[in-house]
Amino acid sequence: MSFKYSDEVMKRFRNPKNVGKIENPSGTGIVGNRQCGDVMHLYIKVENNIITDAKFETLGCAAALAFSDLLCGMAKNKTVEEALKLTKDDLVKELGGVPAPKLHCSLLAVDALHKAIEDYKKK
Amino acid sequence: MKKVYLDNASTTKVDNKVVEAMNPYFLDQYGNASCLHSWGQEARDAVENARKIIAEKINAEPEEIIFTSGGSEANNLAIKGTAFQLKEKGDHIITSSFEHPAVLNTCKELEKQGFKITYLGINKNGFVNLEQLKNSITNKTILVSIIHANNEIGTIQNIEEIGKICKENNLAFHTDAVQSLSKVPLDVKKTNLSFASFSAHKMHGPKGIGALFIKKGTKLKKQIDGGPQEFNQRAGTENVPGIIGFAKATEVITEEDIRIMQKMRDYMIEEVLKIEGTSLNGSKTNRLCNNVSISFKNVEGESILLSLDDKGVAVTTSSACTSSKLEPSHVLAALGLKPEDAHGTIRFTLSKYTTKEELDYAIASVKEIINNLRRISPLK
Repeated sequence: MSFKYSDEVMKRFRNPKNVGKIENPSGTGIVGNRQCGDVMHLYIKVENNIITDAKFETLGCAAALAFSDLLCGMAKNKTVEEALKLTKDDLVKELGGVPAPKLHCSLLAVDALHKAIEDYKKK
Repeated sequence: MKKVYLDNASTTKVDNKVVEAMNPYFLDQYGNASCLHSWGQEARDAVENARKIIAEKINAEPEEIIFTSGGSEANNLAIKGTAFQLKEKGDHIITSSFEHPAVLNTCKELEKQGFKITYLGINKNGFVNLEQLKNSITNKTILVSIIHANNEIGTIQNIEEIGKICKENNLAFHTDAVQSLSKVPLDVKKTNLSFASFSAHKMHGPKGIGALFIKKGTKLKKQIDGGPQEFNQRAGTENVPGIIGFAKATEVITEEDIRIMQKMRDYMIEEVLKIEGTSLNGSKTNRLCNNVSISFKNVEGESILLSLDDKGVAVTTSSACTSSKLEPSHVLAALGLKPEDAHGTIRFTLSKYTTKEELDYAIASVKEIINNLRRISPLK
């Protein structure tokens, strides 16, 4: 068994736009663990209920990096409620599909965003 | 773009001399080696000559060499063939926990069919524990199968010592010598081997051809039924061009090539280990002349592989055939690596064609990529 990534995944992997940390983020979502593979940290800045900035740091495969980057981009300029409606299927569709063993990475990214928003709401 | 191929444990470039030797057997002497006419006889003579060359390489007799479709088939034939031949005598096989899947999964299949398998552990340097081997032998044991040089970490087992233990206990001994043939000397008599598996494409020969050494007088249950080819041990029309190419390939890697590869291997290990958070897998000295297996902390292997590929450098994460699986490699697990370190492991494998300039380019690329990926990583 072998697989090939879509051009969209590779483009994001090669040239991620949203890498980094946000100083004093409104919320942080930390998911994954190194034993299973990927670790994702997702940071959001929220102003007037709108996500004005989202950045990530990810240790993982190309799919994990691409999903983190994509989701940060998609969450930006959305209200918190709109961002919560983003699903893993939206991400997978946007990247032109991913190989089956990598589908879980999309869920990981969505989890990271949900955790970041949860963290924001607690503050 | 520069192209540097450092995945020679997966497969190798076919040497020009090998292609030249094979060509006539596609275009002119294309007869079936089992036929009586002159086309057939020409092919037969060529096959028998090739058998002799390969036998000489390992100090075997020509009639002890059976051509197969490759290493996997040879491993299946040796292990299943012995198991089914000797099942009245015993049902226990001893192997190691870091075999190639062609041995491991063959044993797992036999397990499902009622055979009992002992998987020997390996120590942190990548060697089978010989005491554990001795202690595992029972009066039901029929076969010991231990890989000669490991495909992922390149460590070379002391098969002479294992052979001695097998002889003392009157046991059949098989080794998967797919990675080692042509790089590590092999004498089947000195090592008391009953079986050894080979594959041509790991040593600049063509894909789709391999062989199994079967010690004279050793009985096996045939695995492919059909015609009486290969001393009635393996049916199927002989792959004549492949067999010719395989024999030619045994002459391609010289002792000087091995010496140079070893030097370059050590240079690469030294340079890559200068990067912070790296470690070498397996013994530093007792390993294949072309294998460099490195674990990088806090980086994912796949991301390293794809980034290197973008720079024209070909490597693999674990063994090529299983690198799309998500579980960490069974070899690295057997070595005692934590899953997080196993995930960040890259295998670089050189060939006689690798140049110092190519290595320097690959090393510089690795340094840049690791830096970059660690910048993106939340764990520093």
